[in-house]
Amino acid sequence: MNQVNTTIVSIFSFSILILLWEVVVRFSGWDSNVFPGPFAVMISMGELIGNGSLLKHTVASLFRVTAGFYLATFLGVPLGIFLGRNHIAALLFNPIVNFLRPISPLAWIPLAMLWFGIGDQPAVFLIFLSSFFPIVVATTVAVQSINPTYFYVASNFGFNRYEVISKIVVPAIIPSVITALRLTVTIAWIVVVAAEMIAVQSGLGYLILDSRNGLRMDYVMDGMIIIGIIGLFLDNIMRRLGRIESATWGIMGQ
Amino acid sequence: MGNIVATDISKEYFNRRYKKREKLDTGSIFGATIPVLEGVDFEIESGEMVCFLGPSGCGKSTLLRIIAGFEEQSSGILTIDDKPVTGASSSNIFVFQHSGLLPWMTVQENVELGLRNMKDLEKKEAEIMDYIEMVELEGFEHHYPYQLSGGMQRRAELARALAVNPEILIMDEPFSGLDFLTHMKMREEVVNMHEFLGKTILIVTHDIDDALSMGDRVIVFSSRPATIKLNQKLDFPHPRYIRQEDSELSVLRDELFLMLGVNYAV
Ligand SMILES: Nc1ncnc2c1ncn2[C@@H]1O[C@H](COP(=O)(O)OP(=O)(O)O)[C@@H](O)[C@H]1O
Ligand SMILES: [Mg+2]
Repeated sequence: MNQVNTTIVSIFSFSILILLWEVVVRFSGWDSNVFPGPFAVMISMGELIGNGSLLKHTVASLFRVTAGFYLATFLGVPLGIFLGRNHIAALLFNPIVNFLRPISPLAWIPLAMLWFGIGDQPAVFLIFLSSFFPIVVATTVAVQSINPTYFYVASNFGFNRYEVISKIVVPAIIPSVITALRLTVTIAWIVVVAAEMIAVQSGLGYLILDSRNGLRMDYVMDGMIIIGIIGLFLDNIMRRLGRIESATWGIMGQ
Repeated sequence: MGNIVATDISKEYFNRRYKKREKLDTGSIFGATIPVLEGVDFEIESGEMVCFLGPSGCGKSTLLRIIAGFEEQSSGILTIDDKPVTGASSSNIFVFQHSGLLPWMTVQENVELGLRNMKDLEKKEAEIMDYIEMVELEGFEHHYPYQLSGGMQRRAELARALAVNPEILIMDEPFSGLDFLTHMKMREEVVNMHEFLGKTILIVTHDIDDALSMGDRVIVFSSRPATIKLNQKLDFPHPRYIRQEDSELSVLRDELFLMLGVNYAV
């Protein structure tokens, strides 16, 4: 389906959702303080934009996700490459990774607060944790599944170690690493909201928690909507990254 | 240069997951040992084009990988120009059964691999283009492998191999998966290239007609573990008409079919 068509369909399905929302609010009999309708939420969205707090919270959240995610990428991908190329290191390290991986980043909150105090650092640390292990595992698997023919070519043409990494390993894993990053950034975005409910005084997570304390469900829903929109946006960026021809050497084109 | 001597080469693989496949395989609870090559002896003169025939799975690719230095034999001695093979080298270039082009590089970048240490950039560019023209791929130098047909991919890989100016060209089923006409045309091109460049060329094929119409020598293997069933020099001029009735080549052709287990040559 072409671009215009998919856009129209998305607008259509969102319209249906909003309409349903309105209908449920009208007929449920809930107080608008408990379940605000689309119109009230839109008005309060205007307020949040007007007084600048929405921008402030969004930027704070995006900053934390970006910092944690970049840190995880720039440490996780090289570590994954190392583990993928080094059988013994992988045997030693894999059990540890597989043990730490299923521990929810949220379980680290008490320790993160103890170690890093209050502020951006514990949140960035939690996001780093949520992204780091999936990136390491995905990169390791990607390196291990490179077609051995390419390593024969490398030895046939006398590649040195650096060339094996830069001309074979890195280009070969780019498509699967980008896919992994796309999945991971979504997880990081989920985690940042949770992290912000505990350790900080800013961010969309904080906005939601704070609005709940003030019984402003319309602000809570504003926060949720913005989180959803930015999540879509992040996913879209990563998908576009995955479609760049030189990054996929034609897998998409086939 | 490019003289290859194999003396009593054997190769066995060890499979950790216990899987004895045939009677000759030996195994314990730790895994199975699978003999693939057994006592393979031959001598290939420099400049010869040799075709290896044998049933599928008998160990032809394994033998080529050993000659290329990608793998080591389990026992026996393999020498190239009187020196034992100790590893891969750019003087023996492998052309892979399924494409060995690096899919993230264009044709030009692939061909450049063998010339990448040249200092003179202009001369390098010119040489890359020479080889691309030699295989008639001019105009496709900025295409990625997936944008080329099967035959064009083989030719690009051939250009990449020739650009290194190797002593030996090792080709594993270079014509498999090509349509009939492309196959015939490539066969002709490889024969011409061999007459022109005079390199030692090893070709694994399962096509008896490939072997008879191209080879200076044909070596036939038994099924796994591969032993040599026939090693015959083919001293005939090109082009060869292999199906002329009662000619030496057509008699040999019938024998080869029988040897590979087909009773009625087609
Ligand atoms: N790396 C390997 N490990 C274990 N067995 C292998 C390996 N490579 C090849 N074999 C086995 O060796 C035999 C010969 O394989 P191959 O040389 O590819 O045959 P051919 O090229 O003649 O079809 C097959 O039975 C194959 O399963
Ligand atoms: Mg094979």
